[in-house]
Amino acid sequence: MRPDQEIIQRWIEPGSRVLDLGCGDGALLAWLQREKGVHAIGLEIDPVNIEHCLGSGVAVIQQNLNQGLSNFESGSFDTVLLAQTLQALDNPVELVQEMLRIGKNGIVTFPNFGNWKSRLDLLLRGRMPVSEFMPHQWYDTPNIHFCTVRDFDVLCRDGNIRVLARTVVNSHHEGRWAMKAWPNFLGEVAIYHLTGGEARSAKSQKKPRFEDRTARQG
Amino acid sequence: MNDNRLDNSVGLVQPQRFHFDQPLTLRSGKALPGYELMVETYGELNADKSNAVLICHALSGDHHAAGYHSEDDQKPGWWDTCIGPGKAIDTNRFFVVCLNNLGGCGGSTGPVSINPETGKHYGPDFPIITVRDWVNSQVRLMDRLGIGKWAAVAGGSLGGMQVLRWAISYPERLHHAIAIAAAPKLSAQNIAFNEVARQSITSDPDFHDGHYLEHGVYPKQGLMLARMVGHITYLSDSAMRAKFGKAFAALEGQTGNFGRDLRTGSLSFGFNVDFEVESYLHYQGEQFSEKFDANTYLLMTKALDYFDPSVDYGGDLSRAFAESECNFLLISFSTDWRFPPDRSRELVKQLLKADKQVSYLEIEADQGHDAFLLPIPRYVNALSAYLGNAHREICGDAS
Repeated sequence: MRPDQEIIQRWIEPGSRVLDLGCGDGALLAWLQREKGVHAIGLEIDPVNIEHCLGSGVAVIQQNLNQGLSNFESGSFDTVLLAQTLQALDNPVELVQEMLRIGKNGIVTFPNFGNWKSRLDLLLRGRMPVSEFMPHQWYDTPNIHFCTVRDFDVLCRDGNIRVLARTVVNSHHEGRWAMKAWPNFLGEVAIYHLTGGEARSAKSQKKPRFEDRTARQG
Repeated sequence: MNDNRLDNSVGLVQPQRFHFDQPLTLRSGKALPGYELMVETYGELNADKSNAVLICHALSGDHHAAGYHSEDDQKPGWWDTCIGPGKAIDTNRFFVVCLNNLGGCGGSTGPVSINPETGKHYGPDFPIITVRDWVNSQVRLMDRLGIGKWAAVAGGSLGGMQVLRWAISYPERLHHAIAIAAAPKLSAQNIAFNEVARQSITSDPDFHDGHYLEHGVYPKQGLMLARMVGHITYLSDSAMRAKFGKAFAALEGQTGNFGRDLRTGSLSFGFNVDFEVESYLHYQGEQFSEKFDANTYLLMTKALDYFDPSVDYGGDLSRAFAESECNFLLISFSTDWRFPPDRSRELVKQLLKADKQVSYLEIEADQGHDAFLLPIPRYVNALSAYLGNAHREICGDAS
């Protein structure tokens, strides 16, 4: 299991309804079905991935996320996942809002462009970053909307999205103390647990605390 | 058989006739006092009878879904591309059942059968049959075979509508519903084409108000026309261009000439058959008219027109599926303009609203509605993967 998936699965309640936007080969959903008894549906467009899902008993709908999610009822899922797909969407903000309309909560993971390696690539080499977790060249990348941890925090604040929990990992280890201290600098993959919070005044909006699980009750 | 037709084939098959004494009350309020169903089965039913798959046929299909009836048979059953040992609907694993539906002309009770009350052919007096009536008759066949729950019920087009009806009316009796190139109900355009087909049959002077058998004739021209119209709707524009644009493509090294190949190489400047496509449609129509019953054609088109499971639920299709327990697999084809992908997506939306487990695939294919009968790799492989998993889950790994 990928490090980000290992964290994601902890935030998913046993027996809940899970919608995975861009579910890939369905491995995570198959695991969640087996180990947590979730009722899962995945959306995917790649034919090979779709066939994998069908062969492993994961319900999968061929659907392009860029064409919206209007076929899903509001509140029809407990958790909506968007793993490593945000940066490839035409309209990431609209999709995050749609996620939180359909799901009671949402989990978003994305490659953190604010990671020190990315910064170093730009600073020292003057080149767009290419790395293990962002392996594409600028001209052939499906990733058209990169953002940093700090950018996403701003999006959540401005979009009235409540951050239940936030963490970052690198491609090998889950966050160590240093990553907790400087997530936007050290984290390679950012993981957010969100909910479409009630209307709140800007004043009461607290800066999300790192891995702040107590916020979930609020 | 000395050729390779038997490779991955169920081989020579023989239909069986099942008789049912219990009257069947129909949706129209009429009843059939008793009836017969022609059935073919492929593969072996396992000990706990958990590996049975029902195949539902479309407008012009019958019980002969796979294999050959005789050594001289040139063509296998209508879904031989998908049914057989090692194929998507794998007869090494599954016990596959296919029947000719009531009102058909493949041997099951229908307009060409003798009405016990009159001693004559039913002809036009055969009651209108709906998809629901078919499924009710299929349940009795299931009971007769001792099958408690289908591993899957599968079908394309009008067959897919039977699949949906199974999921609605008999939720506890199937694990998987596989509806291919189907629709939740016909559109006005679909009904319009059906009405043209019906009018061409009923306006044929040989139709005799449906009593043509008593006159020793049949409405050949009408059936031909009906089939020609139907056939056009089964093909896509691109499929026709490819099929009837070969000569030009070969000559000019180009990809096609809009499918305008000439039959004789020059225009006749008369009202003769000039183009290959005309000749093809005539041939298809003629072939069809010789083996299909006109009254059955009328009945089948009415069953299509009447299908709308939402009518019992105030037009809300999602409520129709409320009780369904099965998992759904829906497949559509990109160039199908008879039941286009949008119609399948409509079904997906309603199934999601009803909180059902649904998978949906949209296959890129040039062949139009007919694609569901063709060996398109992505389609066949997906079906195979889905059913492979279904077999593991329902029957365990031993196959």
